[in-house]
Amino acid sequence: MYFVSRKCAVVRIYQVRLQDLQQPAVSSKVFIQRDYSSGTICKFQTKFPSELESRIDKQQFEETIQTLNNLYAEAEKLGGKSYLEGCLACLTAYTIFLCMETHYEKVLKKIARYIKDQNEKIYAPRGLLLTDPIERGLRVVEITIFEDRSIGSGR
Amino acid sequence: MKNCEYQQIDPRALSVSPSSAQNHLEKKEQRPRRKWEVFPGKNRFFCDGRIMLARQSGVLPLTLGLIVVTCGLFFAFDCPFLVEHLTIFIPVIGGMLFVFVVISLLRTSFTDPGILPRATPDEAADIEKQIDTSGSSTYRPPPRTKEILINQQVVKLKYCFTCKMFRPPRTSHCSLCDNCVERFDHHCPWVGNCVGKRNYRFFYSFIISLSFLTSFIFGCVITHITLRKYSHSTKRHRYHSVLVICFFSIWSILGLSGFHTYLVASNLTTNEDIKGSWSSKRGAEESGNPYSYNSIITNCCVTLCGPMPPSLIDRRGFLSPDEAIPAASASEIELPLFAAKNDTHMVG
Repeated sequence: MYFVSRKCAVVRIYQVRLQDLQQPAVSSKVFIQRDYSSGTICKFQTKFPSELESRIDKQQFEETIQTLNNLYAEAEKLGGKSYLEGCLACLTAYTIFLCMETHYEKVLKKIARYIKDQNEKIYAPRGLLLTDPIERGLRVVEITIFEDRSIGSGR
Repeated sequence: MKNCEYQQIDPRALSVSPSSAQNHLEKKEQRPRRKWEVFPGKNRFFCDGRIMLARQSGVLPLTLGLIVVTCGLFFAFDCPFLVEHLTIFIPVIGGMLFVFVVISLLRTSFTDPGILPRATPDEAADIEKQIDTSGSSTYRPPPRTKEILINQQVVKLKYCFTCKMFRPPRTSHCSLCDNCVERFDHHCPWVGNCVGKRNYRFFYSFIISLSFLTSFIFGCVITHITLRKYSHSTKRHRYHSVLVICFFSIWSILGLSGFHTYLVASNLTTNEDIKGSWSSKRGAEESGNPYSYNSIITNCCVTLCGPMPPSLIDRRGFLSPDEAIPAASASEIELPLFAAKNDTHMVG
């Protein structure tokens, strides 16, 4: 009985380890809030959160957030082009929005590509994952921290 | 260490077993659900999430009915006479205005006004943690507020208990729709929807074009009556109904247009104007509002011709399997937390 139960215990531990290899566990999430000091434009705080200190460079993180802020500023930029788009839309009784992609939507696609790129190159190798702010209603940049599994390092 | 004998387990057998449980769950869900089907606010969705309205459509059918009936009577009875005696352009202009008014009205009613999606459970927990650590825990302060500086002006951000987040500046929670709406202006029963950041320009073009339409119809009907005075007068009661509708609506619509023109020029919302948020004690209007660009033209351009913000609620997106299932467990977790807070409040 004892022998059987010890065998089962060993088998179970092996099972758990293989599952962990396939799906890394989420350790915690960090939320970068919006920075409203310049008004209601979309801008995120560049303050480096303490939970990421062991995972990534402060400079790298600030560069990512600053690039995101610049992209959102480009989307919301008030200039000749955006006014022209607005006037044209008004003249066509706003039906033009049904068939044309707005400038903001084009920049959002650019932001999605940038975040995917950053995740693949910089954040995933460090066990982090950036979530596109549009999926959180442009309220926060959610950074998921995965548990640091270094299997085989101690053996 | 003793050599423990154990069976060699095929890793592929292990990888199949957790996913086979998932397949079983997925089979229970017949089709992938869209996000609008689980939307927490009190909105109604049509055409598979493409069109949205508030729960009570208010008097939108009445608004549409009044516009269509008045214009119908105008085209049927006034236009033939005026085309004959004046010019063909009268029904053409009338027709264009009518089409513009109806399209603007429908765009205002059916567009997402700028609803902010509610905070995810992780976000809400993170904010709760920050509030508890920063404030004192001996008593629960009544409204949770956060003060920030916008253009060197102190602005208070309030915590929304329904949406579980600090409302961004100029955002307000509409109790009729049960949503936080960005740049909330007001909930308009005439259009059956909130008026916010995304549909304010449609609302403004609706009331401006409606002012032109009612003034135009009023003018044409007066011209018609004046011209007919010198010939035999018949069907007088029909002119009177159109005249009466136009007369009463003109004052209210022109007044509303004027009011909203003032709001657009000073980059204010109806909500802020009514509450007197920026009516500064110094008496100078421009310096009160931190969002104003201090130039009428810039304010108008920004509000009406600025870039069109995207919808944040993604109505037609598909729910991921992990989003659909924990919805039930999240609500279970909330209840004991709320009960615990109630207990402390009663004790304190």
